[in-house]
Amino acid sequence: MLRTMRPGLRWDPWREMERLESEMGSLFSGLNRPRAAKFPPMNVFAGEADVVITSEIPGIDLADIDLSLTGDTLTIKGSRKPQELGEGQAWHRRERGSGSFYRTIQLPFTVDGSKVEADYTKGILKIKLPRAEADKPRKISIKTA
Amino acid sequence: MTTENKELERTKEAAENVVTERTKNTVTYIPNVDILETGEGLVILADLPGAGEDDVNVTLENNVLSIEARVSKETMEGYKPAHMEYGIGDYSRAFTINETIDGSRIEAKMKDGVLRIVLPKAESAKPKTIPIQKG
Repeated sequence: MLRTMRPGLRWDPWREMERLESEMGSLFSGLNRPRAAKFPPMNVFAGEADVVITSEIPGIDLADIDLSLTGDTLTIKGSRKPQELGEGQAWHRRERGSGSFYRTIQLPFTVDGSKVEADYTKGILKIKLPRAEADKPRKISIKTA
Repeated sequence: MTTENKELERTKEAAENVVTERTKNTVTYIPNVDILETGEGLVILADLPGAGEDDVNVTLENNVLSIEARVSKETMEGYKPAHMEYGIGDYSRAFTINETIDGSRIEAKMKDGVLRIVLPKAESAKPKTIPIQKG
C-alpha cells in the first residue's frame, strides 16, 4: 500500500544507501519471522532545508538509545530490554522482539550537527536534521563582461 | 517492506472469514504481543507505536479481550516521503481469555507506545493446594 506512494522511478538516495548498509543493520535476536525485518523501521521525509526521520521503537528507555552523527552519516544504536520472567511465570506468547540494534543511514547532504533535534514520544523517535549552511546550494550570479 | 514489521489485519480477516468491514478506510495492523502467565493472572504487553493513552481502548466482554487503538497520521507539510519502511494505521487484536478474570481489577497502562494490561485471576480460580492427610 505504501509502496504505491513511493516516488516510483525517481532517484531515491536512501534506497541505494540502504542496499549498501543492508548487511550492517543487526536484527532482533528473538524475532521468529520468515523474513527478517529491519529494526527499527524508519521513514524518511525530505524537506527543503532539512530531513525528518521517524522510527518506530516502542518501549525503550531513552538512556538505551545512542544517536551519533559523523558528517552525513547518522547512526542509531540501542537496545530493548526483554521482559524478564519471574518465578512461577510462563510465556503464552512472545512476539515482541528484544535485544540490541544498530543502523546507519547516509543522508544526501551534510548536516549541521549542532541543530539536530530528536524527540521520543509514544514510542516514536523523530529526528530532525537540518542541512548545513555550507552545504546549501548557492545561486551564482553571472556578470556580463 | 511495510508489512514486515507490522502485520496487516487483512490477512487475518481472510483466514478467519470475517465478513464485517470497517467504516473507516484505514489500514489496521495486528500488534505484536507478549503474554505471560503469572501466579496472579495474565500480563499482556502490546507494541502500539504512535498510540497514546487516549487512543487506546481495551475491553473484556464474554471472555474476549479486545485491544483497539487509533493512530492519527501526522501530516508532514512541506516534506516529501523519501523512503518508507513502515505504515501508519490503527491497531486491533482480540484474545479469548480462558482463565477466570476478576474484571473489576483489570489494569491497563500505556507507556512509550507499549500497552501493558494486567488481568488478575478471580479468587475462585486461583489454584488451591489441598493438604493430604495421613489415612
